Amino acid sequence: MNAEQIRQVILAILARIAPDEDLSEISDEVPFREQMELDSMDFLDIVMELRKQFRIQIPEDNYQQLTTMNSTVTYLGPLLKDVESPA
Amino acid sequence: MQASASDRDRIVITGVGLTSPNGNSLSEFRNSLLTGQSGVVTFETRYMPPVLAGVCDFDVLRYQKRKEIRRGTRAGSIAIYCANEAVTDATLDWDSTDRSRVGVYLGITEHGNVETENEIYEISQFDYDTKVWSHHHNPRTVANNPAGEVTLSLGVTGPHLTIGAACAAGNAGFIYGAQMLQLNEVDLAIAGGVSESIHTFGIFASFQSQGALAEHADPHQASRPFDADRNGIVVAEGGGICVLERLPDALARGAHIYGEIVGYAMNSDATDFVMPHAGRQAECIRTALKRADLQPSDIDIVSSHATATEQGDLEEARALHAVFQNDPSVAINNTKSFIGHCMGAAGALEMLGNLPAFDDGIAHATINLDQIDEQCELTTIVANAPREMGDVQFILNNSFGMLGINSVVIVKKYDTTGTNLADQPDSE
Repeated sequence: MNAEQIRQVILAILARIAPDEDLSEISDEVPFREQMELDSMDFLDIVMELRKQFRIQIPEDNYQQLTTMNSTVTYLGPLLKDVESPA
Repeated sequence: MQASASDRDRIVITGVGLTSPNGNSLSEFRNSLLTGQSGVVTFETRYMPPVLAGVCDFDVLRYQKRKEIRRGTRAGSIAIYCANEAVTDATLDWDSTDRSRVGVYLGITEHGNVETENEIYEISQFDYDTKVWSHHHNPRTVANNPAGEVTLSLGVTGPHLTIGAACAAGNAGFIYGAQMLQLNEVDLAIAGGVSESIHTFGIFASFQSQGALAEHADPHQASRPFDADRNGIVVAEGGGICVLERLPDALARGAHIYGEIVGYAMNSDATDFVMPHAGRQAECIRTALKRADLQPSDIDIVSSHATATEQGDLEEARALHAVFQNDPSVAINNTKSFIGHCMGAAGALEMLGNLPAFDDGIAHATINLDQIDEQCELTTIVANAPREMGDVQFILNNSFGMLGINSVVIVKKYDTTGTNLADQPDSE
């Protein structure tokens, strides 16, 4: 997957775990939790969805890499580079 | 007028919220009960062929966001819907209500089976890798979940509990709420029962293995308490929740009073895991009557528990016969014949559906009673069509469960012509 494909995957996950949110104008530079109602349990849902969909384990020490869309895509790039886009 | 200590022990129902397989408000539910509308349908469950079940279609988004529904449980959603409806119906000024003095007491038959089955099914899709077991599992399955979700929804900071009481749980919720008011632990009780039981295959499979799961070509005719052709239980989901208050508090704010809880009792068979015991059931009924200072003939409507199993129906029939002696003035009806067995909500819904009898003077029927089981000793069951009762003063509600748990609640019509308060001075 390329960066845009990973971005779409993250958007789809966010749409599932925060179904009341409008994600159409989400900023890629601003932390997710400053743009939408996300608590620690929701954040764990992002990690869980990535685990289920792509069998990737994200160490707790790396959770801070998932703060914004840009940092998330950057972090996941190497982990998902050989994975085909689900779309 | 100041309230006496005895008046402060008088507990009244001032708000009703419910979802039943045949109605999502008291008026809808009552209309279905008076017009013979069943709520039983064919229902898909995992691992088994389709089963028959009572399924609710309340608006889950009325009081919850999508995310809250996703995070919580079906029992929680049912409880939130019913509790919000009850508080609204009670016309409370919720913003100015001291919510540290509100308690939530909800009866449940069981809780956590649905969520556990879902997680096991989910990890089965991942070769049983427990790393995909949800972090939401524990908050969903703690036994207080449905009541706890209500506190989150309504901002209640007083106590909350679920009362695990098998199929006696709906009555147990009312009883516990009344007791907490009488103990002055709270000033307002949100009390009743809920069930999400249909969302796990286990309850259907277990009743089937027990030979106690109803089957019928027509779902509406499947739940047949007391009928010779019954063949078991129709499992249902639902919720029935009341706002309970002390009488003087209700009068002070001009609340509409549906009825007064004048007697209740719970006891235990101490005989068997599943088989009921007529003798203990009769004792429970007599204890509730004694506490209400009533004779059996004072009761107008008996809302029976019968689930359409042979053993259960006949034991309750013996208990009712022993106490009421087929007094023709006592009408016996059964709500499960319409909606199936709502488990933790059963006792609550069965009481609430009868409450409008205080106003309309009608005992709703027991439907699907084409030919009464000749072993059943009862002659006063309201069969298939409602019965005009005239003035209804007392309703007695039976609710019994596995491990031999029995509960009875008696509700009295509230006389709106006077204050109904005792006239002795306040002793507090």
